[in-house]
Amino acid sequence: MESTLQKLDELKGDRSNVIKALQLIQVHEGFISDTSIREVAEAFSMPAVEVEGIVSFYAQFKRNQPGKYMISVCDGTACHIKGSPQVLHWISDELGIGDEETSDDGLFSIERVACLGCCSLAPVMKINDEIYGQLNRKKTMKILKQYQKEPAND
Amino acid sequence: MIKRIKVGAGSCGLAAGAGAVRDYLKEHITDIDIVDVGCIGHCYAEPIVEVETDSGSYFFEHVDVSKDLVENIRNLEGPSDFLGRPSRKDQEHIKVTALAGHIDPESIDEYIANGGYSGLEKALSMKPGDVVEEVKKSGLRGRGGGGFPTGLKWSFLAGKDADQKILICNADEGDPGAFMDRSMMESVPHQLLEGMLIGAWAMGATQLFIYIRAEYPLAVKHLTTAIEQVKKRGLNKIGDRSVDFNLKEGAGAFVCGEETALIHSLEGKRGNPRYRPPFPTDYGFKGYPSLINNVETFSNIPLLVREGGETFASVGTEKSKGTKLFALAGDVQYPGLVEVPMGITIGEIIYDIGGAEEGSVKAVQIGGPSGGCIPAELFDTPVDYDSLRQLGAIMGSGGLIAIGNNRCMVETARFFLEFTTRESCGKCTFCRVGTKRMLETLEKITGGNGTEEDIAFLSDIAPKIIKGSLCGLGQTAPNPVLTTLRYFENEYLAHVRDKQCPALQCDALVDLKLDKEKCIECNLCIKNCPVNAISDDYIIDNDTCTRCNTCIELCPVNAIERVNQGVKSV
Ligand SMILES: Cc1cc2nc3c(=O)[nH]c(=O)nc-3n(C[C@H](O)[C@H](O)[C@H](O)COP(=O)(O)O)c2cc1C
Ligand code: FES
Repeated sequence: MESTLQKLDELKGDRSNVIKALQLIQVHEGFISDTSIREVAEAFSMPAVEVEGIVSFYAQFKRNQPGKYMISVCDGTACHIKGSPQVLHWISDELGIGDEETSDDGLFSIERVACLGCCSLAPVMKINDEIYGQLNRKKTMKILKQYQKEPAND
Repeated sequence: MIKRIKVGAGSCGLAAGAGAVRDYLKEHITDIDIVDVGCIGHCYAEPIVEVETDSGSYFFEHVDVSKDLVENIRNLEGPSDFLGRPSRKDQEHIKVTALAGHIDPESIDEYIANGGYSGLEKALSMKPGDVVEEVKKSGLRGRGGGGFPTGLKWSFLAGKDADQKILICNADEGDPGAFMDRSMMESVPHQLLEGMLIGAWAMGATQLFIYIRAEYPLAVKHLTTAIEQVKKRGLNKIGDRSVDFNLKEGAGAFVCGEETALIHSLEGKRGNPRYRPPFPTDYGFKGYPSLINNVETFSNIPLLVREGGETFASVGTEKSKGTKLFALAGDVQYPGLVEVPMGITIGEIIYDIGGAEEGSVKAVQIGGPSGGCIPAELFDTPVDYDSLRQLGAIMGSGGLIAIGNNRCMVETARFFLEFTTRESCGKCTFCRVGTKRMLETLEKITGGNGTEEDIAFLSDIAPKIIKGSLCGLGQTAPNPVLTTLRYFENEYLAHVRDKQCPALQCDALVDLKLDKEKCIECNLCIKNCPVNAISDDYIIDNDTCTRCNTCIELCPVNAIERVNQGVKSV
């Protein structure tokens, strides 16, 4: 957090850096807390509600701590046509959580996103930074199992 | 002799497993250079390995990590001839993507060795005004969707007298189902930078911004590297001044692809669009005159300057010049990135290039949420800005999705409205509330509760949303509904009159049926049903069933299928 604050210091001179500052915080903390909103507001000398307004406008910003593994199921056009609603269904059934929810053990979150840019491999999902394509039920389950099995290693 | 081994490692390649392939090859082949390259467009064949030899290149498709792979590569055994597939032999039209997937995206030397930055060099030897003239002569139109003549837009900014002039590249690529810009930025980031530098010279711009979608980490990485290299080589010195690139990541809002919203977002604000005029070239980023072009538009510039506007204009139709990139996906055999001359027909792209079987595709969706669905009967329509508009669709940025016969058009329209409803910034009532009302109506229809009045309501409210919205999002949001209503009204009617989904896609209108004749009682479906809807004697309880299709996927003998309700399970 030290370095984030330092970085905030570098950015704060220019209001156009607000989004960048928030992105930086999210990379470090995983989400935007109330405290972060106040800190950013202070750093950029703007009202906290305005920062809150920016945070709520952009889908990227999360207000709650997400699971260790963020499963982003693509529901862009190509993936939708190729059956992404089913993929979401399977994952939800397996993990017992729905879109925008986090499992009780804090391991998994699910979100639906619009296009990961790998449409030719539809349907596609992303778990943290890893993209998986051409999903069918078997493949999806196999991938999930890998993550369920190795909760400990980072 | 093998000179080098290239692994297609764009996002698409990596998603297909190129990372493991590259690591494996590096471990087992230490005497030959192995490099990551971008995407050559044949995404369906990923992971792809290209082996460069004295006597040309050999491609291996769908490679698997295995001992055989190393052997096959060393002996050049069993390479694929997919570049020779009838579809993509037409190499003369591969211009903008000529280097994509063939050079190391992180090597400026390779870009330069292949003619890179010679366009900039030529531009710098010309008067700025002459460069603008050349762009005008080329007839290039904006590739971001609107199709505004690029040369004309450039002349607006060039004509401005201001101490700061801003050039912005729109790399937000928000249309779901589009990945042309991602592919270009990952594969040949320098081509975009060269285009922007030429623009900076031609229009006298002082600051360069690239507003890039946050979901594209690899493109960000390659652009960051490329920008550093440009700086190091001093290529950002144009004339007697130097210009700097600023890479800004978006934060996940579709509307920020709209130019005034994009500028607000660059300024660190909520990305609400505003009324135009004033246009950005009069009042843009922080009030300075600003010009916005799309990634593909800028990527056309180096080529255009090198070969001259007239030669550029020799490809295409009267009003749509040059080539266009399409992200071809959906129900085709060969999805991927394709570059085609303007004026080619939709059918040629879907059947000849995409390899779809004639009769298997009932429509294409072109232009994303602002575009429309074009039925197979009209596949002989040429791809140019004006012909597409006449059909109620738009060229859009290049998303082209083939919709197979087993997909429901009403559901497709619902999908787009769900997208626009979610992405509407909420500023205009007609967009905010109108798209919501349309979505509710479509949900009613796909949910089996629709009436003919609902269809009439859709036709009635659409033009009001178009008229009552300030920006392109609302103005085009009804297009997917209007075009499906126009060309697939029978599907809407089947939903409301007969309560049937002809494509058997709408869950509320279909049941699952198990054919006992075919069933081999293997137990797989019973065991795996997440809601225990299949009884021990293989009867599906459709009231409990959630239509998740798990059993259909698992059944080894295809004994379970979706049927229209009424035909109850045996
Ligand atoms: C809702 C909306 C979203 C848009 N999204 C994009 C986009 O993702 N990429 C893009 O280049 N243009 C997008 N545009 C078009 C831009 O407003 C603008 O016209 C374009 O970037 C201009 O560049 P061009 O002339 O090179 O096409 C969008 C427009 C609207 C109304
Ligand atoms: S639609 Fe899913 S990756 Fe593009």
